[in-house]
Amino acid sequence: MKILVTVKEVATVEDEFEIEGTEIADQYLGADLNEWDDYAIEEAVQLQEDGIADEVVTVTIGPEDCEQTIRQALAKGADRAVRVWDDALEDVDLLDVGAKTEILRAVVEEEDPDLVLTGVQAGDDSFAATGVSLAEDLDFEWGAVVNHLEHDFDDDTASVRRELEGGVEELTEIELPAVLTIQTGINEPRYASLRGIRQAQRKELDVQSLADLGVDESAIESELELTDMYEPESESDVTVWEGSAEDTASELGELLREKGVAP
Amino acid sequence: MTDVLAITDHRRGDLRDVSYEIITAGRQLADETGGDLHLAVISGTVDEFADKLDREGVDVIHTVDVGEEFNHNVYTQVVTQLYDELAPQYVLTPNSVNGLDYAPAVANRLGLPIVTDTVDLDTDGETLIATREMYGGKVETTSELADNAVVTIRSAEWPVAEGTGDAAIEAFDADIDESQQGSTVTGFEEVGGGDVDISEADVLVSVGRGIEEEDNIPIIEDLADALDATVSSSRPIVDNGWLPKNRQVGQSGKVVTPDVYIAIGISGAVQHVAGMKGSDTIVAINTDPNAPIMDIADYAIHDDLFDVVPALTEEFQ
Ligand SMILES: Cc1cc2nc3c(=O)[nH]c(=O)nc-3n(C[C@H](O)[C@H](O)[C@H](O)COP(=O)(O)OP(=O)(O)OC[C@H]3O[C@@H](n4cnc5c(N)ncnc54)[C@H](O)[C@@H]3O)c2cc1C
Repeated sequence: MKILVTVKEVATVEDEFEIEGTEIADQYLGADLNEWDDYAIEEAVQLQEDGIADEVVTVTIGPEDCEQTIRQALAKGADRAVRVWDDALEDVDLLDVGAKTEILRAVVEEEDPDLVLTGVQAGDDSFAATGVSLAEDLDFEWGAVVNHLEHDFDDDTASVRRELEGGVEELTEIELPAVLTIQTGINEPRYASLRGIRQAQRKELDVQSLADLGVDESAIESELELTDMYEPESESDVTVWEGSAEDTASELGELLREKGVAP
Repeated sequence: MTDVLAITDHRRGDLRDVSYEIITAGRQLADETGGDLHLAVISGTVDEFADKLDREGVDVIHTVDVGEEFNHNVYTQVVTQLYDELAPQYVLTPNSVNGLDYAPAVANRLGLPIVTDTVDLDTDGETLIATREMYGGKVETTSELADNAVVTIRSAEWPVAEGTGDAAIEAFDADIDESQQGSTVTGFEEVGGGDVDISEADVLVSVGRGIEEEDNIPIIEDLADALDATVSSSRPIVDNGWLPKNRQVGQSGKVVTPDVYIAIGISGAVQHVAGMKGSDTIVAINTDPNAPIMDIADYAIHDDLFDVVPALTEEFQ
């Protein structure tokens, strides 16, 4: 079985930041492997260690800068990586679900995996829709918000649990090929070992342009135009206690006594 | 094409709250587009559901009697067929776990753009302006999209629709292709039971990722001991296995309503807030003065939890 894992480098934002137009100013941004994708990678690598997956390939849409993040996935055990980038993507403010679907579909068609794992959502744009959209586009089956996957795949079926709201899980049988969007908590993502990090440097990282993939530039035009970004207006009238930790702790202590909830 | 089609959510025989909220969101949009609000209720006891959903502002309720519980293949087929029949401008679905399991498929099949987890919607009839958050709630954005779209709405952002309506209730005869059914729901399971029921606690000392390591959890337990309170947490703490599942507060965890909720090193992501916003008094201890938790906190300390929490524990020892 071959598994394709989508891996995104997401932007992280410092506590204090400034907005320039429809972007957060560069100096306040960091970069990290998308939290949900980390669990997807781990699940794929475990399937490989269990002798079920023969190959784990990652796919990333992103500029050269994100190769460090991709190497992280390779260091955790993925066999090789595909990175898609193109000048045409450079100027896009917000790549929408449709555009991501177009690109990823082309990669899936080239790789022909039995199983695609994506994170439930990306921590930056948080659309939480690309996996299911991709599945439908490919005529694959799918499952969203999967927090448990049985590793036996009897009858080419994935037995999963989907995490619904309020502590309820749904048990579902999903025919392969399928796309599963992976929820945090499904496993315990590993740290890359030193050996893994060394090996990752030698693994294949293949860069493809839209033309290489046969994707027309017009197909990735975002239908969503970001028009404004601002800090949400706080509706709260929060009382902020100031001072040293002892001072603020004693204010809070006072409140808890007043409320009669502390001795 | 000015109508709005809103899809309702239910599970195990009960309509979910967002089904009444989506009426409000849908009515608001339909007023702006000058169209009708069509509601659809798919699977389950649809006639019973339709009676409950007949609230003010709904023009038509389409009942689709197909199966008992949610199945994404069925929902995808039904919603695309309803779209073909009604030609609405917008399709609204809840941004629930199930909504996210079919709305993107519907959008893809219909060749429509999708915008998820919206908290506000506006339209001049031609362009939809969708407000949503990015970066875990640190910023809010507006995006515009022309023409038709599939839109998922965040729960608890629009008020529940009230009043009795006089909607036309129409059975919709969906044509379900069984060969497209590659996914079968086989059951449900409640998780997160166990020794402690955090939803019963009067005071919750709740710990988030700011605690950094498992070895630091005792700082929080010591405080809870001193206050005779119960320890709860945000999701990452449970994902990491530092506390059992029954301690998780939030959308996929427990809903809690204590007298006092002390959120320590918790950012206040929407899925967390969903579980604790009903607390009587909310206190946040967080180094980030702009963390979303500050929007719902009554009292806040903008400081390092590793300084504040031990000092507080000391107060009560
Ligand atoms: C489908 C779905 C369901 C979900 N269900 C839930 C759910 O039920 N419950 C839930 O909680 N989450 C849930 N989540 C996850 C949610 O989106 C957030 O990822 C999570 O709540 C973040 O937890 P956190 O606030 O502890 O961590 P973070 O967001 O990482 O926040 C940590 C906070 O600690 C502060 N901090 C750091 N160091 C210190 C210090 N030394 N002193 C003081 N403060 C410090 C930081 O400023 C930050 O605000 C769900 C997500 C999805 C997609």
